[in-house]
Amino acid sequence: MTGDILVVTEIRNGQLKKAAVELVEGARTIAAGTGGAIDALLIGKGAQGEGAKLARHGLRRIAVVDDELTTNYSSEGYAKVVADLVAEGQYGHVLICATAMGRDLAARAVAKADGVMFSDCIELRYEDGACVAKRPVYAGKLYIEIVPSGDRPVFITVRPNNIPPAAETGDSAEIAARPSGLDRSMIRAMVKEIAALAGGRPDVTEADVIVSGGRAMKDAANFKLLEELADLLGGAVGASRAAVDAGFAPQPLQVGQTGKVVNPKLYIAAGISGAIQHLAGMRTSKVIVAINKDPNAPIFEKAHYGIVGDLFEIVPILTEEIKKIM
Amino acid sequence: MSIDLTEEERMIQKTARDFARKDIAAVVEQSNRDGVFQDEIYRRLAELGFMGMTMPEEYGGVGFGNLCLSLALEEISMVCPSTAVAVSVHNSLANYIIHTWGSDGLKERYLPRMTSGELIGVYALTEPNAGSDVASIAMSAVKDGADWVLNGSKIFISTGDRAGVIVVIARSDQDDRTKGLTAFVVEPGFPGFSVGKVEHKMGLKASTTVELVFEDCRVPAANVIGAEGMGMKIALGSLDGGRIGIASQALGIAQTALDEAVLFARERRQFGKRILDFQATRWKIADMATDIDAARLLVRRAARLRDAGRPCGKEASMAKLFASRIANAAVYDSLQIHGGVGYTEEFKIERFFRDARVLEIYEGTSEIQRIVIAKKVIDEYERMYPA
Amino acid sequence: MKVVVLLKRVPDTEAKILINQEGSGIREDGIKFIINPYDEYAIEEGLRLREKLGGDTKVTVACMGPAEATEAIRTALAMGADDAVHISDPGLAGAGPFTAAAVLAKAIGGEGFDIIFCGKQAIDDDQAQVQCILAEMLDIPQVNAASSFEIAGDGASAAVGRRIEGGEEKWETSLPALISCDKGLNEPRYASLPGIMKAKKKEIRTKTLADLGFSEVPNKGRSRIVKWLPLPKSGECRMVEAGETADAVRELVRLLREEAKVI
Repeated sequence: MTGDILVVTEIRNGQLKKAAVELVEGARTIAAGTGGAIDALLIGKGAQGEGAKLARHGLRRIAVVDDELTTNYSSEGYAKVVADLVAEGQYGHVLICATAMGRDLAARAVAKADGVMFSDCIELRYEDGACVAKRPVYAGKLYIEIVPSGDRPVFITVRPNNIPPAAETGDSAEIAARPSGLDRSMIRAMVKEIAALAGGRPDVTEADVIVSGGRAMKDAANFKLLEELADLLGGAVGASRAAVDAGFAPQPLQVGQTGKVVNPKLYIAAGISGAIQHLAGMRTSKVIVAINKDPNAPIFEKAHYGIVGDLFEIVPILTEEIKKIM
Repeated sequence: MSIDLTEEERMIQKTARDFARKDIAAVVEQSNRDGVFQDEIYRRLAELGFMGMTMPEEYGGVGFGNLCLSLALEEISMVCPSTAVAVSVHNSLANYIIHTWGSDGLKERYLPRMTSGELIGVYALTEPNAGSDVASIAMSAVKDGADWVLNGSKIFISTGDRAGVIVVIARSDQDDRTKGLTAFVVEPGFPGFSVGKVEHKMGLKASTTVELVFEDCRVPAANVIGAEGMGMKIALGSLDGGRIGIASQALGIAQTALDEAVLFARERRQFGKRILDFQATRWKIADMATDIDAARLLVRRAARLRDAGRPCGKEASMAKLFASRIANAAVYDSLQIHGGVGYTEEFKIERFFRDARVLEIYEGTSEIQRIVIAKKVIDEYERMYPA
Repeated sequence: MKVVVLLKRVPDTEAKILINQEGSGIREDGIKFIINPYDEYAIEEGLRLREKLGGDTKVTVACMGPAEATEAIRTALAMGADDAVHISDPGLAGAGPFTAAAVLAKAIGGEGFDIIFCGKQAIDDDQAQVQCILAEMLDIPQVNAASSFEIAGDGASAAVGRRIEGGEEKWETSLPALISCDKGLNEPRYASLPGIMKAKKKEIRTKTLADLGFSEVPNKGRSRIVKWLPLPKSGECRMVEAGETADAVRELVRLLREEAKVI
């Protein structure tokens, strides 16, 4: 295998995924160690037009595959395209974004390439002649640093939003269309259509994001503010017992000792004091954000981030700011 | 005798635990607050096989023993002691009595529908004037043709209002105090049977406790369990299973009390530190944990003896006496550790405190247990050291 | 139809996971081991398929794991699986995905199959690779992280839904295929007591590497873990302040995106 690196980027809805430039940054880190060139591969409907977006990032060649059999994603089809190119170019490292597609594609492609793969990496560096990848294990409770052994292509899927995006360097890469090399018989499972997510909020016990309100919400109608934020983040709405007892929210939303126990990645507590009975229901949340008028509210001792202020002012701004970056 | 659990026992424990912490936990607060019996939970428990735990396969049971039943009751009680009451009585009293002393005909008529959960089995022994003093039972059973006619009332009958099968002990011979009792299977549909007063209790609120009224209640002779006059023998012979069952319930209550105490003490801060770091708290935790461990060993020993077919009267009484006592001590200390909030409905310990009190009373008071244990222990000395 | 369900015995990640003293792995003392939670959806889907198809459809559990994995396997049998193959060999300790896939391919391929269900990832190493490498080795198509599954009337294909960022992909796959399962696909049943009773008599075929025809561990040593690291301590609450409320909120959003990485 050579020191060259192949970056395989995802095309979604005819557009290059933003995280592609993070992959390029990761590739640069490895290239600095191997001295190799960085190439990119774009597969999918619209790939033709999107290649130019990476042209000024110091890449050598950008291969674009966009024909009838790659219009819709298929693991086998896309994996063969990747594996064929990897074999041709003898790439030592292949970087793919750890999205739903990327995880599926990379694992099938590495199988075809008979390589080795590190999934969902959050950090890369090159040390002592090898790429060192850092990745979470045990449901994110620990990290490991792992290196490849032997001379096989190393596939790395990278979690979006962990490596900073690569800056443009002004060079212009060579963009070339490439046939997929597929035929119908090679594709036995494929995407037929993509549907927008069905409506309805997730159940509070299953949600990855929960926006929760306390008695400071003052009124059931005010929970609309939290609902908007929850919907924006694809999450659920929760409530403290005080809010439920005061009739501001229905009982099924109650989080706490005598309510539901939840375990989201993000728990936003608006106007919740943080009494122990409430904490009992959400203390395992990965990230807790507290919004409260009272700087001495106990919730700030458990929260990871806190803002002291009026939730009626803060929550709408929070919703707007998050809308901007989505 | 091993104190370790077998793979099978661990699997049963896991099913009971997962079901309790998911299905029962989802409804426990509301059902205890509103005093509502959870029909749907019992239906699901029956589907999973918990209503035929100790019955043989030929009657639709799963043939697991007393230890497995104990594990299940402990796990259920950790979440909802009220639910455990019906499961305990159904398995260790109703099913057990019909299976042990009932005729083949009686067994075939009732057990399959009991193990499937279609019929909930309950046990009607207690009367206004007959609590610990079983021989004072006054409810009369008079032979009339091919039937027996029952007159009287039973009180404090758990799940009596939902029973499909009621095992009733009544007096068939007014003159013979001990051999004058007979056991019957009564169906709620028999003429003359009705549910009377509903008790409003301090705790175990999701377990219904009612009076059963028998007014010229006609019971076919085929529904006599065993034979006329076997009532006392049956009542005494069923004690051990019931005691192990309630001792298991006590274990679950005690364990939750300890769990809640530690988790709360870890969060609550006063005087600049967690109250978990105060020695007074730590000593209470040490005592609670030791008592629970000791109780568990007593319960499991009694259960294993019973499963081995060996006598376990003393051991079952010891388990019930000890576990019920330490469970009350545990909820008391746990509530103390919670401080003021433990006295409110916002925390679980308030309910467990109320649920625990009856443990030293029902299924044989602690006083009765001491009488039993003292007799057995002294008998042992008499045998070892003849006078 | 022969339904195969892959099963892995993993540590219960709900409890604290600590690095061992040597820094070479996790502390195993006091850890409870469970069926990989995603595998439960796979077992349930296999059982539902058998209930739907009836006839001589069989659900076989395939598990590569240490001797202690029999409890996890027995639980799957208690849920309703018909039998199991347990690949156990001291040489397989710490095996990587290519090794596991090769071993499973041999075992499953040898016994024959029409569909394979598995969890979308194992919660210990969280790699989500073994199933794809296995599918490639068995030369069958794959659909990963299924949130819905429906077999066609003729049993020759299936419609599978899977969640992606902001939407749901609807796939069609021919069978045989490998389907990895995600939360929400179904509600796994409890191991009922009759099921536990029947599981005692169900067959678990134990195979060593030699039984499968391997003279040595296949595909060994493709990677090496050089360090185990705990999570950085969470520390104090980061109070976000600024002159203007709007500025503080903007900073909070930035932190949530760039530092906490939750949005």
